[in-house]
Amino acid sequence: MSDLLLPPSLEGVEMVRSVRTPAHLDYSYTPGRAMSRFLTGLAEKKIRGQRCPSCGKVYVPPRGACPTDGVPTEEEVELPHTGTITTFCIVNVSFYGQGMEIPYVSALVLLDDSDIPLMHLVQEVPYDQVRTGMRVEAVWVSDDELKPTLESIKWFRPNGEPDRDASTMRGNA
Amino acid sequence: MRDVAIISFAQTKHARAITDANEVEMLMPVVREALDGAGVGMDRVGFTCSGSTDYLSGQAFSFVMTLDAVGPWPPIAESHVEMDGAWALYEAWVKLQMGEVDVALVYAYGKSSPGDVTEVLTRQLDPYFLAPLWPDTISLAGLQTRALLETGRVREADLAEVAARSRRDALSNPYALLARDDSPDALLAEPFIAEPMHKWDCPPITDGAAAVVIAAGDVARELSSRPAWVRGIDHRIESQGLGLRDLTTSASTRLAGEKAGVASAPVDFAELHAPFTAQELILRESLGLGDDVAINPSGGALAANPVMAAGLIRLGEAAARITRGEGNRAVAHATSGPLLQQNLVCVLEGE
Ligand SMILES: [Zn+2]
Repeated sequence: MSDLLLPPSLEGVEMVRSVRTPAHLDYSYTPGRAMSRFLTGLAEKKIRGQRCPSCGKVYVPPRGACPTDGVPTEEEVELPHTGTITTFCIVNVSFYGQGMEIPYVSALVLLDDSDIPLMHLVQEVPYDQVRTGMRVEAVWVSDDELKPTLESIKWFRPNGEPDRDASTMRGNA
Repeated sequence: MRDVAIISFAQTKHARAITDANEVEMLMPVVREALDGAGVGMDRVGFTCSGSTDYLSGQAFSFVMTLDAVGPWPPIAESHVEMDGAWALYEAWVKLQMGEVDVALVYAYGKSSPGDVTEVLTRQLDPYFLAPLWPDTISLAGLQTRALLETGRVREADLAEVAARSRRDALSNPYALLARDDSPDALLAEPFIAEPMHKWDCPPITDGAAAVVIAAGDVARELSSRPAWVRGIDHRIESQGLGLRDLTTSASTRLAGEKAGVASAPVDFAELHAPFTAQELILRESLGLGDDVAINPSGGALAANPVMAAGLIRLGEAAARITRGEGNRAVAHATSGPLLQQNLVCVLEGE
Protein backbone atom coordinates (compact mmCIF):
# COMPACT_ATOMS: atom_id res chain seq x y z
CA MET A 1 0.00 0.00 0.00
CA SER A 2 2.93 2.32 0.69
CA ASP A 3 3.77 2.78 -3.00
CA LEU A 4 0.18 3.64 -3.96
CA LEU A 5 0.19 6.79 -6.07
CA LEU A 6 -2.34 9.38 -4.95
CA PRO A 7 -3.16 12.68 -6.62
CA PRO A 8 -1.62 15.63 -4.73
CA SER A 9 -5.01 16.67 -3.36
CA LEU A 10 -5.25 13.37 -1.47
CA GLU A 11 -1.72 13.27 -0.10
CA GLY A 12 -1.67 12.98 3.64
CA VAL A 13 -5.30 11.89 3.78
CA GLU A 14 -5.85 8.91 6.05
CA MET A 15 -6.43 5.68 4.13
CA VAL A 16 -9.81 3.96 4.38
CA ARG A 17 -9.04 0.62 6.01
CA SER A 18 -12.56 -0.72 6.41
CA VAL A 19 -16.16 0.28 5.88
CA ARG A 20 -19.25 -0.82 7.78
CA THR A 21 -22.38 -1.10 5.68
CA PRO A 22 -25.14 -2.54 7.88
CA ALA A 23 -28.03 -4.15 6.04
CA HIS A 24 -31.45 -4.99 7.36
CA LEU A 25 -34.43 -6.37 5.48
CA ASP A 26 -37.86 -7.31 6.79
CA TYR A 27 -39.89 -10.21 5.42
CA SER A 28 -43.41 -11.50 5.92
CA TYR A 29 -43.10 -15.26 5.98
CA THR A 30 -45.67 -17.20 3.94
CA PRO A 31 -45.97 -20.62 5.53
CA GLY A 32 -48.25 -22.00 2.83
CA ARG A 33 -51.34 -24.18 3.05
CA ALA A 34 -49.79 -27.25 4.72
CA MET A 35 -47.67 -25.39 7.27
CA SER A 36 -50.59 -23.07 8.08
CA ARG A 37 -52.69 -26.11 9.03
CA PHE A 38 -49.83 -27.34 11.22
CA LEU A 39 -49.35 -23.98 12.93
CA THR A 40 -53.04 -23.30 13.54
CA GLY A 41 -53.29 -26.87 14.88
CA LEU A 42 -50.67 -26.11 17.51
CA ALA A 43 -52.86 -23.25 18.76
CA GLU A 44 -55.58 -25.91 19.27
CA LYS A 45 -53.17 -28.36 20.96
CA LYS A 46 -53.15 -30.58 17.88
CA ILE A 47 -50.17 -31.87 15.90
CA ARG A 48 -51.11 -32.18 12.24
CA GLY A 49 -49.03 -34.05 9.68
CA GLN A 50 -49.72 -35.01 6.08
CA ARG A 51 -49.52 -38.39 4.34
CA CYS A 52 -47.97 -38.91 0.90
CA PRO A 53 -50.48 -40.57 -1.45
CA SER A 54 -47.62 -42.30 -3.24
CA CYS A 55 -45.27 -43.72 -0.58
CA GLY A 56 -47.57 -43.45 2.46
CA LYS A 57 -45.05 -41.58 4.60
CA VAL A 58 -46.39 -39.07 7.13
CA TYR A 59 -44.53 -35.77 7.28
CA VAL A 60 -44.56 -33.40 10.25
CA PRO A 61 -44.33 -30.47 9.98
CA PRO A 62 -45.93 -30.93 6.58
CA ARG A 63 -44.71 -28.73 3.73
CA GLY A 64 -47.36 -29.67 1.21
CA ALA A 65 -45.20 -32.02 -0.84
CA CYS A 66 -43.50 -35.38 -0.53
CA PRO A 67 -39.80 -34.62 -1.08
CA THR A 68 -39.28 -38.14 -2.44
CA ASP A 69 -42.13 -38.31 -4.91
CA GLY A 70 -42.75 -34.65 -5.76
CA VAL A 71 -46.51 -34.95 -5.31
CA PRO A 72 -48.87 -32.92 -3.10
CA THR A 73 -49.56 -34.41 0.33
CA GLU A 74 -53.18 -33.50 0.91
CA GLU A 75 -54.36 -36.16 3.40
CA GLU A 76 -54.12 -34.71 6.88
CA VAL A 77 -53.14 -36.93 9.82
CA GLU A 78 -53.59 -35.89 13.43
CA LEU A 79 -50.66 -37.29 15.36
CA PRO A 80 -50.37 -38.50 18.95
CA HIS A 81 -48.34 -36.35 21.34
CA THR A 82 -45.90 -39.18 22.09
CA GLY A 83 -42.78 -40.23 20.27
CA THR A 84 -39.26 -41.61 20.43
CA ILE A 85 -35.89 -39.87 20.50
CA THR A 86 -33.95 -40.85 17.36
CA THR A 87 -30.91 -38.73 18.10
CA PHE A 88 -29.97 -35.85 20.37
CA CYS A 89 -27.35 -33.29 21.23
CA ILE A 90 -26.25 -32.00 24.62
CA VAL A 91 -25.76 -28.27 24.17
CA ASN A 92 -22.84 -27.00 26.26
CA VAL A 93 -22.21 -23.74 24.44
CA SER A 94 -24.24 -20.62 25.03
CA PHE A 95 -25.04 -18.35 22.13
CA TYR A 96 -26.83 -15.10 21.53
CA GLY A 97 -30.60 -15.30 21.91
CA GLN A 98 -30.48 -18.79 23.36
CA GLY A 99 -32.54 -18.18 26.51
CA MET A 100 -31.73 -21.63 27.91
CA GLU A 101 -29.61 -22.71 30.84
CA ILE A 102 -26.77 -24.97 29.68
CA PRO A 103 -26.31 -27.87 29.46
CA TYR A 104 -29.61 -28.80 27.86
CA VAL A 105 -30.76 -31.39 25.36
CA SER A 106 -31.96 -30.74 21.83
CA ALA A 107 -33.36 -33.88 20.25
CA LEU A 108 -35.06 -35.28 17.18
CA VAL A 109 -38.37 -36.80 18.25
CA LEU A 110 -40.10 -39.25 15.93
CA LEU A 111 -43.77 -38.81 16.78
CA ASP A 112 -45.75 -42.05 16.79
CA ASP A 113 -47.43 -42.75 13.40
CA SER A 114 -45.10 -40.30 11.61
CA ASP A 115 -42.08 -40.90 9.41
CA ILE A 116 -39.87 -37.88 9.98
CA PRO A 117 -38.61 -36.59 13.33
CA LEU A 118 -39.31 -33.15 14.73
CA MET A 119 -36.58 -31.14 16.47
CA HIS A 120 -37.41 -30.02 20.00
CA LEU A 121 -36.09 -29.72 23.55
CA VAL A 122 -36.04 -32.58 26.05
CA GLN A 123 -36.46 -31.56 29.70
CA GLU A 124 -37.53 -32.93 33.11
CA VAL A 125 -34.74 -35.52 32.92
CA PRO A 126 -31.01 -35.18 33.74
CA TYR A 127 -29.22 -34.49 30.46
CA ASP A 128 -26.90 -37.47 30.88
CA GLN A 129 -29.83 -39.89 31.02
CA VAL A 130 -31.25 -38.91 27.61
CA ARG A 131 -30.75 -41.70 25.05
CA THR A 132 -31.77 -42.86 21.59
CA GLY A 133 -34.94 -44.93 21.81
CA MET A 134 -36.24 -43.06 24.89
CA ARG A 135 -40.02 -42.64 24.84
CA VAL A 136 -41.21 -39.06 25.35
CA GLU A 137 -44.39 -36.98 25.41
CA ALA A 138 -45.11 -33.36 24.59
CA VAL A 139 -45.45 -30.85 27.43
CA TRP A 140 -47.73 -28.02 26.30
CA VAL A 141 -47.95 -24.48 27.56
CA SER A 142 -51.13 -23.65 29.48
CA ASP A 143 -54.26 -23.43 27.32
CA ASP A 144 -54.43 -19.62 27.49
CA GLU A 145 -50.85 -19.41 26.15
CA LEU A 146 -51.43 -21.61 23.08
CA LYS A 147 -50.37 -19.88 19.84
CA PRO A 148 -49.76 -20.91 16.20
CA THR A 149 -46.12 -21.73 16.92
CA LEU A 150 -44.06 -24.78 17.84
CA GLU A 151 -43.38 -22.97 21.12
CA SER A 152 -46.88 -24.06 22.15
CA ILE A 153 -45.04 -27.29 22.98
CA LYS A 154 -42.66 -26.26 25.78
CA TRP A 155 -40.56 -29.41 25.45
CA PHE A 156 -40.74 -33.19 25.48
CA ARG A 157 -40.23 -35.28 28.63
CA PRO A 158 -39.87 -39.02 29.28
CA ASN A 159 -43.27 -40.71 29.54
CA GLY A 160 -41.98 -43.78 31.40
CA GLU A 161 -42.66 -46.32 28.64
CA PRO A 162 -39.92 -48.87 27.85
CA ASP A 163 -37.38 -47.77 25.21
CA ARG A 164 -38.11 -48.45 21.54
CA ASP A 165 -35.54 -50.56 19.69
CA ALA A 166 -33.53 -48.06 17.64
CA SER A 167 -33.23 -50.52 14.74
CA THR A 168 -36.99 -50.18 14.16
CA MET A 169 -36.48 -46.52 13.36
CA ARG A 170 -33.93 -46.95 10.59
CA GLY A 171 -34.87 -44.77 7.66
CA ASN A 172 -36.70 -42.36 9.94
CA ALA A 173 -33.71 -40.70 11.59
CA MET B 1 -23.56 -29.01 -31.94
CA ARG B 2 -26.64 -31.02 -31.00
CA ASP B 3 -30.06 -29.68 -31.94
CA VAL B 4 -31.89 -28.78 -28.75
CA ALA B 5 -35.48 -27.57 -28.50
CA ILE B 6 -37.91 -26.22 -25.95
CA ILE B 7 -40.76 -28.73 -26.02
CA SER B 8 -42.94 -27.70 -23.07
CA PHE B 9 -43.67 -24.60 -21.00
CA ALA B 10 -45.88 -23.86 -18.01
CA GLN B 11 -46.31 -20.89 -15.71
CA THR B 12 -48.40 -19.77 -12.77
CA LYS B 13 -51.28 -17.38 -13.06
CA HIS B 14 -49.17 -14.52 -11.75
CA ALA B 15 -50.38 -12.48 -8.80
CA ARG B 16 -49.37 -9.47 -6.75
CA ALA B 17 -49.00 -11.77 -3.75
CA ILE B 18 -49.59 -15.51 -3.53
CA THR B 19 -50.20 -15.68 0.20
CA ASP B 20 -51.88 -19.07 0.52
CA ALA B 21 -49.03 -21.14 -0.94
CA ASN B 22 -45.36 -21.41 -0.05
CA GLU B 23 -42.75 -21.67 -2.81
CA VAL B 24 -43.05 -25.47 -3.10
CA GLU B 25 -46.84 -25.35 -3.24
CA MET B 26 -46.67 -22.58 -5.86
CA LEU B 27 -44.10 -24.42 -7.97
CA MET B 28 -45.33 -28.01 -7.85
CA PRO B 29 -48.34 -27.69 -10.22
CA VAL B 30 -46.19 -25.76 -12.71
CA VAL B 31 -43.46 -28.41 -12.76
CA ARG B 32 -46.12 -31.11 -13.14
CA GLU B 33 -47.81 -29.23 -16.01
CA ALA B 34 -44.50 -28.79 -17.85
CA LEU B 35 -43.62 -32.48 -17.49
CA ASP B 36 -47.14 -33.53 -18.55
CA GLY B 37 -46.92 -31.15 -21.51
CA ALA B 38 -43.78 -32.95 -22.65
CA GLY B 39 -45.34 -36.33 -21.87
CA VAL B 40 -42.45 -37.34 -19.61
CA GLY B 41 -41.98 -38.29 -15.97
CA MET B 42 -38.92 -37.54 -13.87
CA ASP B 43 -37.55 -40.96 -14.92
CA ARG B 44 -36.87 -39.53 -18.39
CA VAL B 45 -35.40 -36.25 -17.14
CA GLY B 46 -31.61 -36.52 -17.14
CA PHE B 47 -30.86 -33.11 -15.67
CA THR B 48 -32.75 -30.58 -13.58
CA CYS B 49 -31.71 -26.96 -13.20
CA SER B 50 -33.41 -24.11 -11.36
CA GLY B 51 -33.07 -20.36 -10.97
CA SER B 52 -34.09 -18.37 -7.89
CA THR B 53 -32.63 -16.18 -5.18
CA ASP B 54 -32.59 -16.58 -1.40
CA TYR B 55 -32.87 -12.79 -1.03
CA LEU B 56 -36.52 -12.80 -2.12
CA SER B 57 -37.63 -15.28 0.53
CA GLY B 58 -35.08 -14.13 3.11
CA GLN B 59 -34.11 -17.74 3.67
CA ALA B 60 -30.71 -19.35 3.14
CA PHE B 61 -30.62 -22.32 0.74
CA SER B 62 -34.33 -21.86 -0.01
CA PHE B 63 -33.78 -23.47 -3.42
CA VAL B 64 -32.89 -26.78 -1.75
CA MET B 65 -36.34 -26.92 -0.16
CA THR B 66 -38.11 -26.24 -3.43
CA LEU B 67 -36.58 -29.42 -4.86
CA ASP B 68 -39.45 -31.06 -2.97
CA ALA B 69 -41.61 -29.93 -5.88
CA VAL B 70 -39.68 -32.18 -8.26
CA GLY B 71 -39.45 -35.47 -6.34
CA PRO B 72 -35.68 -35.92 -6.45
CA TRP B 73 -35.72 -39.67 -5.71
CA PRO B 74 -33.97 -41.82 -6.77
CA PRO B 75 -31.23 -39.14 -6.62
CA ILE B 76 -31.27 -36.81 -9.63
CA ALA B 77 -28.56 -34.82 -11.41
CA GLU B 78 -29.39 -31.29 -10.36
CA SER B 79 -28.01 -27.76 -10.35
CA HIS B 80 -29.12 -24.28 -9.39
CA VAL B 81 -28.21 -20.76 -10.49
CA GLU B 82 -28.71 -17.74 -8.24
CA MET B 83 -29.98 -16.00 -11.39
CA ASP B 84 -33.02 -15.80 -13.58
CA GLY B 85 -34.15 -19.22 -14.78
CA ALA B 86 -33.07 -18.33 -18.33
CA TRP B 87 -29.52 -18.99 -17.16
CA ALA B 88 -30.64 -22.31 -15.70
CA LEU B 89 -31.93 -23.13 -19.18
CA TYR B 90 -28.54 -22.16 -20.59
CA GLU B 91 -26.81 -24.53 -18.18
CA ALA B 92 -29.24 -27.30 -19.15
CA TRP B 93 -28.60 -26.57 -22.84
CA VAL B 94 -24.84 -26.97 -22.21
CA LYS B 95 -25.56 -30.26 -20.42
CA LEU B 96 -27.49 -31.53 -23.43
CA GLN B 97 -24.65 -30.43 -25.71
CA MET B 98 -22.35 -32.75 -23.74
CA GLY B 99 -24.46 -35.59 -25.07
CA GLU B 100 -25.01 -37.54 -21.86
CA VAL B 101 -28.66 -36.65 -21.38
CA ASP B 102 -31.51 -35.99 -23.81
CA VAL B 103 -34.17 -34.34 -21.65
CA ALA B 104 -33.81 -31.59 -19.03
CA LEU B 105 -36.24 -29.85 -16.70
CA VAL B 106 -35.71 -26.15 -15.99
CA TYR B 107 -37.71 -24.17 -13.49
CA ALA B 108 -37.62 -20.78 -11.84
CA TYR B 109 -39.67 -19.01 -9.22
CA GLY B 110 -39.82 -15.79 -7.35
CA LYS B 111 -42.11 -14.42 -4.69
CA SER B 112 -41.47 -10.71 -4.43
CA SER B 113 -44.23 -10.27 -1.86
CA PRO B 114 -42.49 -11.40 1.37
CA GLY B 115 -40.12 -8.41 1.39
CA ASP B 116 -39.80 -5.01 -0.24
CA VAL B 117 -38.42 -6.11 -3.61
CA THR B 118 -37.23 -2.62 -4.58
CA GLU B 119 -35.01 -2.67 -1.46
CA VAL B 120 -34.07 -6.34 -1.68
CA LEU B 121 -32.63 -5.83 -5.16
CA THR B 122 -30.23 -3.17 -3.87
CA ARG B 123 -28.26 -6.08 -2.40
CA GLN B 124 -27.06 -7.05 -5.89
CA LEU B 125 -25.25 -3.73 -6.31
CA ASP B 126 -21.54 -3.24 -5.69
CA PRO B 127 -21.09 -3.56 -1.93
CA TYR B 128 -18.74 -0.60 -1.37
CA PHE B 129 -20.05 2.40 -3.25
CA LEU B 130 -23.62 1.73 -4.29
CA ALA B 131 -25.29 -0.85 -2.05
CA PRO B 132 -24.72 1.23 1.12
CA LEU B 133 -26.87 3.98 -0.49
CA TRP B 134 -29.82 1.56 -0.91
CA PRO B 135 -30.91 3.00 -4.27
CA ASP B 136 -34.22 1.31 -5.01
CA THR B 137 -34.88 -0.24 -8.42
CA ILE B 138 -37.24 2.51 -9.56
CA SER B 139 -34.71 5.24 -8.74
CA LEU B 140 -32.02 3.40 -10.69
CA ALA B 141 -34.35 2.86 -13.65
CA GLY B 142 -35.11 6.58 -13.41
CA LEU B 143 -31.43 7.36 -13.97
CA GLN B 144 -31.39 5.11 -17.03
CA THR B 145 -34.64 6.51 -18.39
CA ARG B 146 -33.42 10.07 -17.88
CA ALA B 147 -30.15 9.30 -19.65
CA LEU B 148 -32.05 7.78 -22.58
CA LEU B 149 -34.47 10.71 -22.86
CA GLU B 150 -31.55 13.14 -22.85
CA THR B 151 -29.99 11.49 -25.90
CA GLY B 152 -33.00 12.80 -27.85
CA ARG B 153 -33.46 9.38 -29.50
CA VAL B 154 -36.54 8.68 -27.40
CA ARG B 155 -39.49 10.77 -26.23
CA GLU B 156 -41.73 10.23 -23.24
CA ALA B 157 -44.53 9.35 -25.67
CA ASP B 158 -42.44 6.40 -26.93
CA LEU B 159 -42.28 5.07 -23.38
CA ALA B 160 -46.05 5.41 -23.02
CA GLU B 161 -46.49 3.48 -26.29
CA VAL B 162 -44.45 0.61 -24.85
CA ALA B 163 -46.54 0.52 -21.68
CA ALA B 164 -49.88 0.81 -23.48
CA ARG B 165 -49.01 -1.91 -25.99
CA SER B 166 -47.72 -4.27 -23.28
CA ARG B 167 -50.85 -3.91 -21.16
CA ARG B 168 -53.10 -4.31 -24.19
CA ASP B 169 -51.30 -7.43 -25.44
CA ALA B 170 -51.54 -8.89 -21.95
CA LEU B 171 -55.34 -8.92 -22.32
CA SER B 172 -54.94 -12.08 -24.41
CA ASN B 173 -52.51 -13.65 -21.92
CA PRO B 174 -54.48 -15.41 -19.16
CA TYR B 175 -51.36 -15.64 -16.96
CA ALA B 176 -50.57 -11.91 -16.96
CA LEU B 177 -51.15 -9.72 -13.93
CA LEU B 178 -51.49 -6.24 -15.43
CA ALA B 179 -53.74 -6.37 -18.50
CA ARG B 180 -55.83 -3.40 -19.57
CA ASP B 181 -56.57 -1.13 -22.48
CA ASP B 182 -55.03 2.27 -21.77
CA SER B 183 -54.29 4.86 -24.42
CA PRO B 184 -50.76 6.29 -24.43
CA ASP B 185 -52.28 9.76 -23.98
CA ALA B 186 -54.13 8.65 -20.88
CA LEU B 187 -50.91 7.19 -19.49
CA LEU B 188 -49.00 10.39 -20.19
CA ALA B 189 -51.59 12.35 -18.24
CA GLU B 190 -50.85 10.34 -15.09
CA PRO B 191 -48.58 12.00 -12.50
CA PHE B 192 -44.93 11.07 -12.07
CA ILE B 193 -44.04 8.81 -9.15
CA ALA B 194 -40.44 10.06 -9.38
CA GLU B 195 -39.66 12.12 -12.44
CA PRO B 196 -39.08 10.92 -15.16
CA MET B 197 -40.79 7.73 -13.99
CA HIS B 198 -44.50 7.09 -14.16
CA LYS B 199 -46.03 4.10 -12.47
CA TRP B 200 -46.63 2.60 -15.91
CA ASP B 201 -42.89 2.68 -16.66
CA CYS B 202 -42.46 0.05 -13.96
CA PRO B 203 -43.39 -3.62 -13.74
CA PRO B 204 -46.08 -4.84 -11.34
CA ILE B 205 -44.67 -6.50 -8.22
CA THR B 206 -45.35 -10.15 -8.94
CA ASP B 207 -45.25 -13.62 -7.40
CA GLY B 208 -44.94 -16.50 -9.83
CA ALA B 209 -43.10 -19.47 -11.23
CA ALA B 210 -42.38 -21.14 -14.56
CA ALA B 211 -41.03 -24.43 -15.86
CA VAL B 212 -39.68 -25.54 -19.21
CA VAL B 213 -38.68 -28.92 -20.64
CA ILE B 214 -35.94 -29.04 -23.25
CA ALA B 215 -34.90 -32.05 -25.29
CA ALA B 216 -32.31 -32.96 -27.90
CA GLY B 217 -32.68 -34.08 -31.51
CA ASP B 218 -34.97 -37.02 -32.24
CA VAL B 219 -36.14 -37.16 -28.63
CA ALA B 220 -37.54 -33.64 -29.05
CA ARG B 221 -39.24 -34.70 -32.32
CA GLU B 222 -40.69 -37.77 -30.60
CA LEU B 223 -42.09 -35.75 -27.69
CA SER B 224 -43.34 -32.64 -29.51
CA SER B 225 -45.29 -32.18 -32.72
CA ARG B 226 -43.50 -28.88 -33.29
CA PRO B 227 -40.38 -28.30 -31.16
CA ALA B 228 -39.02 -24.77 -30.85
CA TRP B 229 -35.38 -25.27 -31.80
CA VAL B 230 -32.64 -23.26 -30.09
CA ARG B 231 -30.71 -22.02 -33.13
CA GLY B 232 -28.42 -19.80 -31.11
CA ILE B 233 -28.00 -18.92 -27.44
CA ASP B 234 -25.43 -16.65 -25.82
CA HIS B 235 -25.05 -14.47 -22.75
CA ARG B 236 -22.72 -11.58 -21.97
CA ILE B 237 -22.07 -9.42 -18.95
CA GLU B 238 -20.94 -5.84 -18.36
CA SER B 239 -19.38 -4.01 -15.43
CA GLN B 240 -21.20 -4.01 -12.13
CA GLY B 241 -20.32 -0.34 -11.75
CA LEU B 242 -23.25 1.63 -13.16
CA GLY B 243 -21.00 4.62 -13.79
CA LEU B 244 -18.64 2.53 -15.90
CA ARG B 245 -21.04 1.84 -18.75
CA ASP B 246 -23.30 3.70 -21.14
CA LEU B 247 -26.75 3.09 -19.69
CA THR B 248 -28.50 4.21 -22.89
CA THR B 249 -27.39 1.19 -24.87
CA SER B 250 -26.64 -2.44 -24.11
CA ALA B 251 -23.29 -3.62 -25.40
CA SER B 252 -23.73 -7.06 -23.83
CA THR B 253 -27.12 -7.56 -25.51
CA ARG B 254 -25.67 -6.48 -28.87
CA LEU B 255 -22.81 -8.95 -28.56
CA ALA B 256 -25.02 -11.81 -27.34
CA GLY B 257 -27.42 -11.10 -30.22
CA GLU B 258 -24.59 -11.26 -32.73
CA LYS B 259 -23.29 -14.53 -31.30
CA ALA B 260 -26.78 -16.02 -31.23
CA GLY B 261 -27.32 -15.10 -34.88
CA VAL B 262 -30.28 -12.77 -34.51
CA ALA B 263 -29.62 -10.97 -37.82
CA SER B 264 -29.04 -14.04 -39.99
CA ALA B 265 -32.74 -14.23 -40.98
CA PRO B 266 -35.90 -12.14 -40.48
CA VAL B 267 -37.45 -12.20 -37.00
CA ASP B 268 -41.22 -12.73 -36.66
CA PHE B 269 -41.51 -11.62 -33.05
CA ALA B 270 -39.43 -11.04 -29.94
CA GLU B 271 -39.95 -11.62 -26.25
CA LEU B 272 -37.72 -9.12 -24.47
CA HIS B 273 -37.18 -9.14 -20.72
CA ALA B 274 -37.54 -5.41 -20.10
CA PRO B 275 -38.95 -4.67 -16.66
CA PHE B 276 -38.95 -0.92 -17.41
CA THR B 277 -40.28 0.79 -20.55
CA ALA B 278 -36.99 2.48 -21.48
CA GLN B 279 -35.22 -0.86 -21.31
CA GLU B 280 -37.40 -2.29 -24.09
CA LEU B 281 -36.34 0.53 -26.41
CA ILE B 282 -32.67 0.01 -25.46
CA LEU B 283 -32.94 -3.72 -26.14
CA ARG B 284 -34.70 -3.28 -29.50
CA GLU B 285 -31.98 -0.94 -30.66
CA SER B 286 -29.19 -3.20 -29.38
CA LEU B 287 -30.69 -6.25 -31.10
CA GLY B 288 -31.39 -4.37 -34.33
CA LEU B 289 -35.11 -5.21 -34.22
CA GLY B 290 -37.07 -2.95 -36.57
CA ASP B 291 -40.66 -1.76 -36.36
CA ASP B 292 -41.78 -4.82 -38.35
CA VAL B 293 -40.96 -7.14 -35.43
CA ALA B 294 -43.80 -7.74 -32.97
CA ILE B 295 -42.44 -7.12 -29.47
CA ASN B 296 -43.67 -8.98 -26.41
CA PRO B 297 -46.97 -10.39 -27.69
CA SER B 298 -47.36 -11.91 -24.19
CA GLY B 299 -47.31 -8.45 -22.60
CA GLY B 300 -43.78 -8.95 -21.34
CA ALA B 301 -42.38 -8.16 -17.91
CA LEU B 302 -44.45 -4.95 -17.77
CA ALA B 303 -47.53 -7.18 -17.49
CA ALA B 304 -46.08 -9.75 -15.05
CA ASN B 305 -42.62 -9.70 -13.52
CA PRO B 306 -41.95 -12.62 -11.20
CA VAL B 307 -38.32 -11.82 -10.41
CA MET B 308 -35.98 -14.72 -11.32
CA ALA B 309 -38.64 -16.31 -13.55
CA ALA B 310 -39.55 -13.43 -15.90
CA GLY B 311 -36.57 -14.13 -18.20
CA LEU B 312 -37.26 -17.85 -18.46
CA ILE B 313 -40.89 -16.96 -19.19
CA ARG B 314 -39.73 -14.94 -22.21
CA LEU B 315 -38.04 -18.05 -23.61
CA GLY B 316 -41.05 -20.20 -22.74
CA GLU B 317 -43.57 -17.77 -24.24
CA ALA B 318 -41.57 -17.50 -27.46
CA ALA B 319 -41.24 -21.28 -27.74
CA ALA B 320 -44.93 -21.88 -27.02
CA ARG B 321 -45.90 -19.39 -29.72
CA ILE B 322 -43.71 -21.20 -32.24
CA THR B 323 -45.11 -24.57 -31.18
CA ARG B 324 -48.63 -23.18 -31.70
CA GLY B 325 -47.60 -22.08 -35.19
CA GLU B 326 -47.99 -18.36 -34.47
CA GLY B 327 -44.56 -17.56 -35.86
CA ASN B 328 -41.51 -19.40 -37.06
CA ARG B 329 -38.49 -17.38 -35.91
CA ALA B 330 -38.31 -15.60 -32.59
CA VAL B 331 -35.79 -13.79 -30.45
CA ALA B 332 -36.09 -14.40 -26.72
CA HIS B 333 -34.09 -12.33 -24.25
CA ALA B 334 -33.48 -12.39 -20.51
CA THR B 335 -31.69 -9.94 -18.25
CA SER B 336 -30.06 -10.18 -14.86
CA GLY B 337 -28.45 -7.68 -12.52
CA PRO B 338 -29.12 -3.94 -12.25
CA LEU B 339 -30.08 -1.91 -15.35
CA LEU B 340 -29.49 -4.60 -17.99
CA GLN B 341 -26.06 -5.58 -16.63
CA GLN B 342 -26.13 -9.12 -17.99
CA ASN B 343 -28.10 -10.31 -20.98
CA LEU B 344 -28.97 -13.62 -22.62
CA VAL B 345 -30.24 -13.87 -26.17
CA CYS B 346 -31.80 -16.99 -27.67
CA VAL B 347 -32.96 -17.49 -31.25
CA LEU B 348 -35.80 -20.00 -31.56
CA GLU B 349 -37.17 -21.50 -34.79
CA GLY B 350 -39.79 -23.99 -35.86
CA GLU B 351 -38.79 -27.00 -37.96
ZN1 LIG C 1 -43.99 -39.99 -1.05
